[in-house]
Amino acid sequence: MPFNLLVLASLAYVSFLFFVAFVVERRAAKGAVGWLRSPLIYTLSLSVYCTAWTFYGAVGYAARSGLEFLTIYLGPTIVFVGWWWVLRKLVRIGRQHRVTSIADLISSRYGKSNLLGVIVTVICVVAATPYIALQLQSVTLSFGVFASATADGWAKPDGDVTSVWVAAGLALFTILFGTRNLDANEQHTGIVTAIAVEAVVKLVALIAVGCFVVWGVADGPRDILARIDASQMAQWHMQPSRWTGLIFLSAAAVLCLPRMFQVMVVENSDERHLATASWAFPLYVLLMSLFVIPIAVVGLEVMPAGANPDLFVLTLPLSQGQGGLAMLAFLGGFSSATSMVIVAAIALATMVSNHVVMPFWLSLRPAQAVSGDVRRLVLLSRRLSILAILGLGYAYYRGSGGSSALAAIGLISFVGVAQILPAMMGGIFWRGATKVGAGWGLGLGFVIWGYTLFLPSFGVDAVMSAQLMAQGPFGLTWLRPQALFGVVGMDPLIHALFWSMALNTLVFCVVSLLTFPGPVERVQSAAFVNVFEADSGLSQAWVAQDGTGAEELLVMAQRILGEDAGLAFFEAEARAQGRAGYLPDPTAGFMDQLERRLAGSVGAATAHAMISQIAGRAVVSVEDLMAVANEAAQIMEYSAKLEEQQAALTRSARALRDANDKLTTLSVQKDAFLSQISHELRTPMTSIRAFSEILTEGDLPPALVTQYGGVIHAETKRLTRLLDDLLDLSVLENGTVQLNLDLANLREMIDRAMVAASHTAAERMFVIHRDLPNEDVFLHTDGDRLTQVFINLISNARKYCDAASPELRIVVRRKGGRVTVDFIDNGSGIAKDKQALIFEKFARLTDQTRAGGAGLGLAICREVMANLGGTIGYLPGQRGAAFRVTLPLRLERVPV
Amino acid sequence: MKRPLFLAPQSYRQRRLRDAARLLPILAVFLFVLPMLWGEERNDLRNTGVDAIYLFAVWFVLIVAAAVLGRRLSSTDVPPVLLPVLPVVPPVGRD
Repeated sequence: MPFNLLVLASLAYVSFLFFVAFVVERRAAKGAVGWLRSPLIYTLSLSVYCTAWTFYGAVGYAARSGLEFLTIYLGPTIVFVGWWWVLRKLVRIGRQHRVTSIADLISSRYGKSNLLGVIVTVICVVAATPYIALQLQSVTLSFGVFASATADGWAKPDGDVTSVWVAAGLALFTILFGTRNLDANEQHTGIVTAIAVEAVVKLVALIAVGCFVVWGVADGPRDILARIDASQMAQWHMQPSRWTGLIFLSAAAVLCLPRMFQVMVVENSDERHLATASWAFPLYVLLMSLFVIPIAVVGLEVMPAGANPDLFVLTLPLSQGQGGLAMLAFLGGFSSATSMVIVAAIALATMVSNHVVMPFWLSLRPAQAVSGDVRRLVLLSRRLSILAILGLGYAYYRGSGGSSALAAIGLISFVGVAQILPAMMGGIFWRGATKVGAGWGLGLGFVIWGYTLFLPSFGVDAVMSAQLMAQGPFGLTWLRPQALFGVVGMDPLIHALFWSMALNTLVFCVVSLLTFPGPVERVQSAAFVNVFEADSGLSQAWVAQDGTGAEELLVMAQRILGEDAGLAFFEAEARAQGRAGYLPDPTAGFMDQLERRLAGSVGAATAHAMISQIAGRAVVSVEDLMAVANEAAQIMEYSAKLEEQQAALTRSARALRDANDKLTTLSVQKDAFLSQISHELRTPMTSIRAFSEILTEGDLPPALVTQYGGVIHAETKRLTRLLDDLLDLSVLENGTVQLNLDLANLREMIDRAMVAASHTAAERMFVIHRDLPNEDVFLHTDGDRLTQVFINLISNARKYCDAASPELRIVVRRKGGRVTVDFIDNGSGIAKDKQALIFEKFARLTDQTRAGGAGLGLAICREVMANLGGTIGYLPGQRGAAFRVTLPLRLERVPV
Repeated sequence: MKRPLFLAPQSYRQRRLRDAARLLPILAVFLFVLPMLWGEERNDLRNTGVDAIYLFAVWFVLIVAAAVLGRRLSSTDVPPVLLPVLPVVPPVGRD
């Protein structure tokens, strides 16, 4: 097959992918995402895990080490099947905090520490170089295969030249794809779709080759099984340490690889897609590895002894004369390599620009955060990063000689990125994990990885001398790179994995336990660990300062988000605040929103730093918060005191008002009383004066003199009685009355009262019902005073009862320590509105002359009863006037 | 927050479903490392074909189990829509 045709096919394929990405981005820009955001696309994009290592290397791996290649796919299967543990949380955190990369996750979790971001970035970049070298190597080798297989004259191209071209082409392609725009959430719909297309291509290609091998070359599955037992693969020996170690390693890698994090978390558009991916992704890798063993077995059998097993996928169809199938396989391998390089380069470039270039640039010229063109800078730094990363990959490829088995190179990468695992798992599950702990753990793990695995991988005497490998540095044998602490006889890879992970985790945990996290760190740790609890943690507390201009913020946001997007964001925020125009108030809430939004583009630490530059040191530390809280507590205490005082004041004011009201009422009453009393006194006085004047004039018949004298006498008697009553009342009211407490029989008192009252309206015949047995009660009270009350009540009944045949019922009851005596007549009673009045002084319901009293009787009764520790009240609802007297059986002390 | 002692059958099922989702990877680990324990008595050589069939079968069963669980879980567990939260305007003063 002509070399040019091969190049042309590759270019056409790349153009097709670019077209797909372009169309999709256009659709996405219009908002018509639809199926582009489906779980299917998400799952297929995850297949970026399966790189050229899987496509070419797995067969080679199987040919060399039997079933061990499966470990690389079993680990991810466990992680995805167990998505409820880790992936769900990672994706939720990633979406909630707009995480842009794994370095951003670590940096954001540990208090937006940029140092950690840099460490993770460095680990990822260094660990990715062998991996990218692997892709370059595989593509270069695959070109070489076609060249050597042809007989049409063109020589096998120089591997070095090819790899340069491949590296440059991939860099260009990635830059075109990945850095066309600076997306708000760092999501690349177009690329994800293109990756999904590539996923289909590589799956179809591998399955096609597999089917050809199983049914075209061999005689179906049964034959394949027979061939397995006959081949050298049957010699395979399962090493438990490698088997478990590699399963763990691949599980760790699928979580920590920057490109996996990119497609799994950053590009995730819906958490529910994970539920589908939890089974669909394992299914994908199962299908990818299903035909690996048959291809390897048949390849070992059919191909000449020296053939590179890594290339069986290509060479087998070619050797059987299946040029078209080989071409498909080539495109499949090309897809695997390109998709990995594109996503990895984008993820790494994002990390480099967000955690290395931007912070460096910000510290270099702080003033330009606002005025400079940040967007262009970010894009430029990403493009340069992509070039640098591919350059590094190329350098590793050249440095390592491009001869190692693909799987061996990939595993070196895996161990490198696995160093992030302790910090990541600790970060999302353990609130006590601290920045310092994570930093030391990551650093130590990275150093051990470099010392025991990465540097030795360049080959003996390339970086490390043979003497160092054999005897350790400075003759310290316990520090030999592949036998640390005297552990010999371990597989070098497992040795590196074991020591790096063990010491990394140990240091991470111990240092975390010993150190104290900073304020932002503690806030973030709560927000990450409790991400499923609603409203977890308080977010960054920005304090809007007077100097913070919304306009400056807008300018900055536009530089990063783009003119329209920035303006739209500010307008929406302003509207949410109920303001017209484009400039919202720089409230704490708004600043927090803005920071998250910017973090989606340039990472949490950078966004934080940029807003800090405009808002000043506006971040509130926990110490500040505590001080504020203390102050607030003091203020609250003070205001509580004030409130208490105010309540006391209100109470006394109310008491004063009540007293005033009472005084006013009393004053009114006194006036009324005075006018009443003068009226009462004046009436008899008038008649006395008139009759005495007549008498002084003399010459009156004796009969008249006697009559007038009688009138005067009667009036003075009335006057005296009135004055007696008044005096009595005054004494009673003042509480200065002398009570003669003694035992007295109730029946006797009522008897006396009836006799005394019989003079009143003596002409009326009364039927009186009594309850003699009940009346036989001895009371300890002032008998005379009580009798006075009874007399008053009985004579009132005699006077006012308007029935034709008047009756009076006297009912006595004992209740507890009290006695009630009811006086009920059968008259028409007292109207409801008057009932409250009858006990007032001078209250007379009927005509005064007819009653002949001053209207003080019931008032006196009330006072007497009060003095006797009892009450008197009107008893409504008895079909007549009814009064109830209540008094204690035994009056112990004189009430005041 | 006090958790209720008794749950309605539906939410009880739901929780056990989540437990199953959590247990599945543990089962997966167990089944995947199991082959380490066999084979060594047979002449120190493995029956690679049988091992491969076993591993692929276990793998497939796990995928089916994950599919069943994932479908059941996602039909009931709807994650909250993560919309940008409206800014909270702090009170300017107290009246």
